Amino acid sequence: MSAINIRGVNKTYDGKTAALKDITLEVEEGEVFGLVGPDGAGKSSLFNILTTLLLPDGGEISLFGMDVIRDYKSVRQVIGYLPGTFSLYPDLSVQENLDFFAVMYKSSIEENMALIEPIWKQISPFKDRKAGKLSGGMKQKLALCCALIHRPRVLFLDEPTTGVDPVSRKEFWDILKSIRSQNITVMVSTPYMDEATRCDRIALIQNGKIIGVNPPQTIIDQFKGKLYTFQSDDIFSLMQVLEKCPLDCNYYPYGEHCHIAFYEDMDTAMPAFKQFLAEHNQSHGEIQAIQPSVEDCFIEIVQRNN
Amino acid sequence: MYSIEANQLTKQFGDFTAVDHICFEVREGEIFGFLGANGAGKTTAIKMMSGLLLPTSGTAMIAGYDIRTQSKLIKRNIGYMSQKFSLYGDLTVFENMQLFGTIYKIPRKELKERIMDSLRELDMEKQANTLVDSIPLGWKQKLAFATAILHRPKIVFLDEPTSGVDPIVRREFWKLIYLAASKGVTILVTTHYMDEAEYCNRISIMAEGQIKLIGTPGELKQQMGVDTINDVFVKFVKR
Repeated sequence: MSAINIRGVNKTYDGKTAALKDITLEVEEGEVFGLVGPDGAGKSSLFNILTTLLLPDGGEISLFGMDVIRDYKSVRQVIGYLPGTFSLYPDLSVQENLDFFAVMYKSSIEENMALIEPIWKQISPFKDRKAGKLSGGMKQKLALCCALIHRPRVLFLDEPTTGVDPVSRKEFWDILKSIRSQNITVMVSTPYMDEATRCDRIALIQNGKIIGVNPPQTIIDQFKGKLYTFQSDDIFSLMQVLEKCPLDCNYYPYGEHCHIAFYEDMDTAMPAFKQFLAEHNQSHGEIQAIQPSVEDCFIEIVQRNN
Repeated sequence: MYSIEANQLTKQFGDFTAVDHICFEVREGEIFGFLGANGAGKTTAIKMMSGLLLPTSGTAMIAGYDIRTQSKLIKRNIGYMSQKFSLYGDLTVFENMQLFGTIYKIPRKELKERIMDSLRELDMEKQANTLVDSIPLGWKQKLAFATAILHRPKIVFLDEPTSGVDPIVRREFWKLIYLAASKGVTILVTTHYMDEAEYCNRISIMAEGQIKLIGTPGELKQQMGVDTINDVFVKFVKR
């Protein structure tokens, strides 16, 4: 049985801004499903509809066969939601927040301790601290505990690691992996492409439409360009030079490297490119062909789709 | 001349030392990455350097002014933006820029010209009369940056400016940073995207209120014997 079934969902704000256009998606039980797209693509609108907080204009959505509109009360019992903005009580302590959520769901911390234990171990040293005084990473770990305390069947996470440092981000995702093994379905959005790579499948959403649903490796396999990398001492002056490059290519900084994807026959394009760099006095490291990452794929798909 | 000179800068809250005797300098026109784990003390340090919070001890010179005694002059010479607060959602794009420009006492006619120039640079002329709440996050962040430099500050403090921003818009944002730096503006920026750390001229890594590492991205990778800044960070924080 699929955990989430979305058929032809639309949402328009103020009668004119179309946030979601004919969204159709199916998420399997136990899957970690990633939702990735540019800012303003409609990700948060979709989360709000799935969590019964916003009514769609049309279409059907069911969670484990329950309709999110008609059966919203039962749907709320089986979902956990971590919204994009911190929404715990800053004036309550860590322990009090968790107690509060447990009571609201008629559950108790003891009942589901096994589920949250790996996270709780990390935050319990601060259990008497007010939630508003926690660091960004700790806040999100507490929010995850609160979203899990009633053992939901589906967990919705809207950018759970935004503003969280690299080490805490990795810990957060290790926790998600352990949740997955408990057969809880996870739907998560993220602006970090390394995190998207850790999902079972990724839906790419742009301008309110789904433009593809695939496992990360398939997305990588479908990269259309021929991707190369090279280093430069001054990436941004290199970018300015590349603006004048006559070849059909897409270039962008990638950490200390420049990535460039060509849509040409490389037998003629590469010598032409090297000549172009030489003519513009660009010193550079060795130009190497590389495998694209999900981030390269995101850039290609979004830019080619525009 | 240095734009930023922190000298034993310290902040204590009760018996908790948030910033612990930090010393560093940032050159004029430099892009300086101010990294650290959540809770390491970065935001507290930025608040002191922007004249919003007095240090417990030590000091910093910002654009040549002392944060303990000349905070008014500092505020006039710096720009600031963060992920959390930047613009008013229920004002239009133009109104926001007008508001900030007026606070900085830019003459009316001059201000209008600067706003139009800036919107042209951002390719947002058509959005001038749109409410800020209804534009996507990445655009908001680019707009917030343009607004923060409207009064032509010498130094801009950017606290997680690209947090939550998608890969394409992040790169556009960094193009704006580079453009500003090429005009001599000094940039101090915090980020949790380690690829962005590579775009900085120099970076520092803070932990427990102290600056533990400082140097160019290349130097830090060499020093720690790893290939990426992400590995430097992980190795360092987990040590």
